[in-house]
Amino acid sequence: MSVDEFSMSAEKRSHWLLSFWRSTVGKKVVMALTGAIGVGYVVAHMLGNLQVFEGAEKINAYAALLKSNLGLLWTARSILIAAVGLHIVAAYQLARTSQKSRPVGYKRWRSVGSDFASRTMRWTGPLLGLFIVYHLLHLTTGAVHPDFVEADVYQNVISGFRVWYVSVIYIVAMLMLALHLYHGAWSMFESLGVNHPKYNRLIRALATILTAIVVAGFIAIPAAVLLGFIS
Amino acid sequence: MHLTLNVWRQKNASVKGKLVRYEADDINPDMSFLEMLDVVNWQLIGKGEEPIAFEHDCREGICGSCGMMINGVAHGPRPATATCQLHMRHFKDGDTIYIEPWRSRAFPVLKDLVVDRSAFDRIIQAGGYISVSTGSAPEANSVLVTKQNSDLAMDAAACIGCGACVAACPNGSASLFTSAKISHLALLPQGQPEREGRVIKMVEAMDREGFGNCTMHRECEAVCPKAISVNFIARMNREYLRSLLKGEGLP
Amino acid sequence: MELNPKIPSGPIEQSWDRHRSEMKLVNPANKRKHTIIMVGSGLAGASAAASLAELGYQVLCFCYQDSPRRAHSIAAQGGINAAKNYRNDGDSVYRLFYDTVKGGDFRSREANVYRLAQLSVNIIDQCAAQGVPFAREYSGLLDNRSFGGAQVSRTFYARGQTGQQLLLGAYQALERQIHAGQVKMYPRTEMLDLVIIDHCARGIVARNLLTGKIESYVADAVVLATGGYANVFYLSTNAKNSNATAIWRAYKRGAAFANPCFTQIHPTCIPVSGHYQSKLTLMSESLRNDGRIWVPKQKDDKRPAIQILMPERDYYLERRYPSFGNLVPRDVASRAAKEVCDEGRGVGAHGLGVYLDFAEAIKASGVAVIREKYGNLFEMYERITAENPYEVPMRIYPAVHYTMGGLWVDYNLMSTITGLFVIGEANFSDHGANRLGASALMQGLADGYFILPYTLSDYLATAKLDKAPLDHPAFHESEGQVAGRVKKLLSIKGKRTADSIHQELGKLLWNNCGMVRTKRDLQHALEKIPEIREEFWRNVNVLGVDDEINQALEKAGRVADFLELAEVMCLDALERAESCGCHFREEFQTPDGEAQRDDEHFCHVSAWEYAGEQGKPVMHKELLEFEYVTPSQRSYK
Repeated sequence: MSVDEFSMSAEKRSHWLLSFWRSTVGKKVVMALTGAIGVGYVVAHMLGNLQVFEGAEKINAYAALLKSNLGLLWTARSILIAAVGLHIVAAYQLARTSQKSRPVGYKRWRSVGSDFASRTMRWTGPLLGLFIVYHLLHLTTGAVHPDFVEADVYQNVISGFRVWYVSVIYIVAMLMLALHLYHGAWSMFESLGVNHPKYNRLIRALATILTAIVVAGFIAIPAAVLLGFIS
Repeated sequence: MHLTLNVWRQKNASVKGKLVRYEADDINPDMSFLEMLDVVNWQLIGKGEEPIAFEHDCREGICGSCGMMINGVAHGPRPATATCQLHMRHFKDGDTIYIEPWRSRAFPVLKDLVVDRSAFDRIIQAGGYISVSTGSAPEANSVLVTKQNSDLAMDAAACIGCGACVAACPNGSASLFTSAKISHLALLPQGQPEREGRVIKMVEAMDREGFGNCTMHRECEAVCPKAISVNFIARMNREYLRSLLKGEGLP
Repeated sequence: MELNPKIPSGPIEQSWDRHRSEMKLVNPANKRKHTIIMVGSGLAGASAAASLAELGYQVLCFCYQDSPRRAHSIAAQGGINAAKNYRNDGDSVYRLFYDTVKGGDFRSREANVYRLAQLSVNIIDQCAAQGVPFAREYSGLLDNRSFGGAQVSRTFYARGQTGQQLLLGAYQALERQIHAGQVKMYPRTEMLDLVIIDHCARGIVARNLLTGKIESYVADAVVLATGGYANVFYLSTNAKNSNATAIWRAYKRGAAFANPCFTQIHPTCIPVSGHYQSKLTLMSESLRNDGRIWVPKQKDDKRPAIQILMPERDYYLERRYPSFGNLVPRDVASRAAKEVCDEGRGVGAHGLGVYLDFAEAIKASGVAVIREKYGNLFEMYERITAENPYEVPMRIYPAVHYTMGGLWVDYNLMSTITGLFVIGEANFSDHGANRLGASALMQGLADGYFILPYTLSDYLATAKLDKAPLDHPAFHESEGQVAGRVKKLLSIKGKRTADSIHQELGKLLWNNCGMVRTKRDLQHALEKIPEIREEFWRNVNVLGVDDEINQALEKAGRVADFLELAEVMCLDALERAESCGCHFREEFQTPDGEAQRDDEHFCHVSAWEYAGEQGKPVMHKELLEFEYVTPSQRSYK
């Protein structure tokens, strides 16, 4: 029987990459890896942004540098777009699976293990997606920026954030990023199976610190503009 | 003690159910939760009403038969406690208690609080074993198992298959159950020959049954009557990746 | 009825091996043409079903639970014995054999016990290979402990969950065969009758507990692995749904019931707390390795344990049995507890309990060591009683735990019905009048993994069986009877729950056919039981319908069978006018209160044959001969 069973399953089994993608565990691996790219990106983005405190020249030069090599720029952008795309598709499909897995819900349900961040991933994710679209239209293409000046990042940031509700949108979005980043940054290790009671606490602590730094760095700019520290 | 119960009543799998309210009198704090339900049932039979169906057997927390959502928490408010080991002293006189069955697409309700958990058996069938036919085993002490791994395997093997992990998970995931068996067998030298194939087959079986995915809410660990750690889920993920990268039967 | 035990002749050391090589084999190509029905999926049932399926037979396996993994073997805590002699402490197959025969108070079959001891070593190999996470030493080798009064360390264990882990091993082997299509599993299905065609067991009639459908299943042989009948007492450590229905139905079809009065009372259970008590919880008797058992010397001493000073305490086991002390066998420990409680020295609210005290062990080896050894048991105790055993002594009281009696089987595990095999606790087994700790798992697995696959093959190879059709009148007749009974139960619509009648029966048995029995009490019980049975059939109230899940209906059917079985138990206890093992007749004791065996008149197995609804069961004797272990007065002084 073992021989039959084996050959049967070998026939049935589709390409390993396909079955990897189809399995919930594989899809979580995809989410973790694409999430890791996202984490790397936001860290770099945040560090780059901080140059706004060094004045217009510095940050505009940095922006120009980034755009100087089109090949590199679009390679980075493609990776990012692919990562975000995969992240979204995987998240959507997994969320659908989860939804379908409980067609009848509970009249009463009380959390005893999860935290706010884990429970809101499904909301902070799509909302961050919307924010990214807005952010691109606002500071990259300028489509929704009333005083957009091509190639003058400094100016665009200052004038953009002077509109108080725009700053509020950014700050709220960054708080959502905090939740998403915190849960994502530690749970990606679990999804990748990189986990040991010895360093689980360390991973948690690093996720918390990373989240705090990134979000503080991002929020510092609209806050500084609103408070008039930079103009 | 006097309690107000809101219990899910559902005649069978094909009809809709609803919460029905019962007043339970003469409840002794030393009773177990199931003994409390026994008393309620005796009172119901006395009134000519059909007793509440609920699954139970050993009543000492090891067979995994019992399980219900008690005020929204699988197996009730005490950590590492199956419903049969939960005693009424943990409730207060006058409390209102909501009692619902496990909810999962893979665990259809059969009647009242009884659900069909055969999905778990099918996950085991997919590969949750070591293929050793009777008679072919080597002398037991010829295979050494480090105490550390043996203890860890035992931690995972302690799973009683009650389904609370699925019931509690906001995603309806069976990852804790599946990972416990995968980890138990992967940690032992006896489990090595089938290690790569097992994890793939069991994860596939788990997905086939329609369970959700794990997003690390860790609700499962919190309600597990055997306090099985979510670290085993990470181990399952690691085993899965390892198997994928190593490949099966490749040169 | 003829009782032929079919013990192979020749030296006991060789009998199984020789018998094994002389048994007939079924041609591999023919194996898949044979169907075997396995009722029960505990240690014996699951291991046998898996092993037979591995050989190539088609197996139909039935259990009342929703999954075979929930069978009550899962609750065994302590461990499993094997004569591996890993500790170099003088253990051997012979010694395990000797201990088991002596422990059973010379009421078991020597040849069976010897085979059990021999096979014990293979079981450990098999289970370890399956991945059972047995406790290990730092070297990676298997750990052992001394258990239940044995003087050697031969018990293998997996924390306090040995039964669970062994069952999961067998369950996984079974699931593997289900996946391979060799076993068809019927969970939530309860056997309600045995079907006999041309004097051979050829099938069963079972009720689907989900749909209520009554269906017939046909096979070439039927195996019962349905466990013991301790729940006849209502309160026992068995799972709530454990029942005697399958073996009782077989009894009523002609299988002899052996030694029904041999029921074991386990000394370390948590005392009853109130009338609503639904079951009792056992704590592993390994607790007796470190705990000291005592009661106050004074009667009705209601002071908290801590206030009772050393000189005011009676460590009665240590006093009466200086060499074994707290580790005397189960029956001795249980009876001693009952005696001190009867004297009015029991502890706890109802006076039905004795202390099991760890204060000194904690002082001597530290909390950490005790927690490491017994942590889970202490937790369990605290959960149930709300008392912390690290601070106050545990209270324990004996409870019914295991039944050595069961359907009579010969050396090949076949009952008096041709083609009906009985394995595990369901048969009258190898434990005589008293089972030693860590021996139940051993026997269940020996039967399932290593004995039945041979003896059943031999039967199939030699039996001349015609094809039995499912529309045979025997199936129709049986289906009709089963359906009629279900209808009857639903139609009575009386005033009492099946539980309350069961409780009444249990109390009667516990008081009259429990730890201590007398002629007067047994006669009293024999008068009362028919009255309770009549009350049941007149006044039970089973609500609901028969075509969906109806737990009250299941329960009522099982209680109806217990009400009949109880009578045979009491008859057997009355007839056995001696004390042996767990069967203690007050009239028969030594001057210092120990069991007084009567080998001249009672060195036999009592096998009871059904004699119709009205007739009194007929007792047949299988005489026991002891060639290797000379019967002696058990002494644990």
